[in-house]
Amino acid sequence: MAADESYPDDLKYHAEHDWARIDGDTATLGITWYAQDALGEIVHLEAPEDGASVAAGESYGEVESVKAVSDLIAPLSGEILEVNAALADAPETINEDPYGAGWLIKIRLGDPAEVASLLDVDAYRKLLDAQ
Amino acid sequence: MPVQYTSIADEHRAVRSDAGVFDVSHMGQLALAGEGAHEYLQRRLSNDLDRIDDGHAQYTLLTNERGGITDDLIAYRRGADDYLLVVNASNRGADHAALPETDDVSEEWALLAVQGPRALERLGIDVRPFTFHEDEVLGVRCLVAGTGYTGERGCELGCAPDDAGRLWDAILERGVAPCGLGARDTLRLEACYPLHGNDIGPDRSPVEAGLSWACALDKEFTGVEELRRVRDEGPAEKLVPILMEDKGIPRQGMPIEEGGEVTSGTLSPILERGIALGYVRADRSMPDTEVTIDLRGRPRRARIVTKPFVRGRET
Repeated sequence: MAADESYPDDLKYHAEHDWARIDGDTATLGITWYAQDALGEIVHLEAPEDGASVAAGESYGEVESVKAVSDLIAPLSGEILEVNAALADAPETINEDPYGAGWLIKIRLGDPAEVASLLDVDAYRKLLDAQ
Repeated sequence: MPVQYTSIADEHRAVRSDAGVFDVSHMGQLALAGEGAHEYLQRRLSNDLDRIDDGHAQYTLLTNERGGITDDLIAYRRGADDYLLVVNASNRGADHAALPETDDVSEEWALLAVQGPRALERLGIDVRPFTFHEDEVLGVRCLVAGTGYTGERGCELGCAPDDAGRLWDAILERGVAPCGLGARDTLRLEACYPLHGNDIGPDRSPVEAGLSWACALDKEFTGVEELRRVRDEGPAEKLVPILMEDKGIPRQGMPIEEGGEVTSGTLSPILERGIALGYVRADRSMPDTEVTIDLRGRPRRARIVTKPFVRGRET
């Protein structure tokens, strides 16, 4: 079952419909409710390798639904600490729980100052309203 | 028809396990009746209309002078000189241009495809594959045909457009799942039915596409000399079913590293693996041959298999 629309206010957002949960010098990344809804039933995650680096604004993987493929855009730069391995066999978890069990990767921040460039929930909702 | 009503995967599984209904009223219909109709179509369509009786339907191709495929269609023989052709919506104009004697009667028809192992049981009707008859179905006058595009038993119901809404509602009341374009595509791919515009087209020969069985090369029809030549010389490429061994979903246009490309691809909801139709070099087209598909820069292993990926169930 797909989740109900929501945008938690403790997250930071990127205009490409990705979220980041900041915890000290690490962050958990995922895609927003809007992104998973636009894709539809997610059937495959092309995940990066543990230990690889991601760069803010650049693709670090792909998420694929029956209908379409979409790049995963990193909201922040850093080194990948963990990839959500459970998604390999259950990618639909991203639809069911995009901010919880459907998280994608954890990174160690390469440049904590980048956090200031992300949107808060109000700014992200405004961006959605304008679409 | 929308891409989906609920979920492509759920709609797909409904058709494989029970019954689903597709509104395929966008399909085109060309009619030809009167003396000489049989001869006219026999000289222009690839399959042999002499092989079917009245009340029977036949899969056939409309070929061009280069031996390519203008369209694939079903010919319904209503009488010795009375035919109805059901054609792809996007090729309706090209078909009519190639068959100018026919009347485009598409606006007179709505078409609902009810497919699945329990489709006929839920409607309370029976029709044998590739036959058709007129009947009243759930209170609506219909042409009931034992045809479809899913690999399952079922029927296609042709009716007047004004009756289609009522028929659709009555079919849903029988517990049949409404299904969209997304499931129609995943179902036909599991069954290895080619889609015109993806897997076959004006520049592809039926011989390459594995459709020689629908071409009576011993009769005369448009492009037959070219088809005989390709048959005798052997095609350079062949259309084959390809099953992914690695993770990932093949898609239309992806290169096959050993030569060729994917023409249709999806994730099979039944096998839960990537499946594709694609052209490969004829000398590397045998079942069980390994191929490598370039998934957006990532080489992924796959294997040529035999048709179909998923076989329809009988009840």
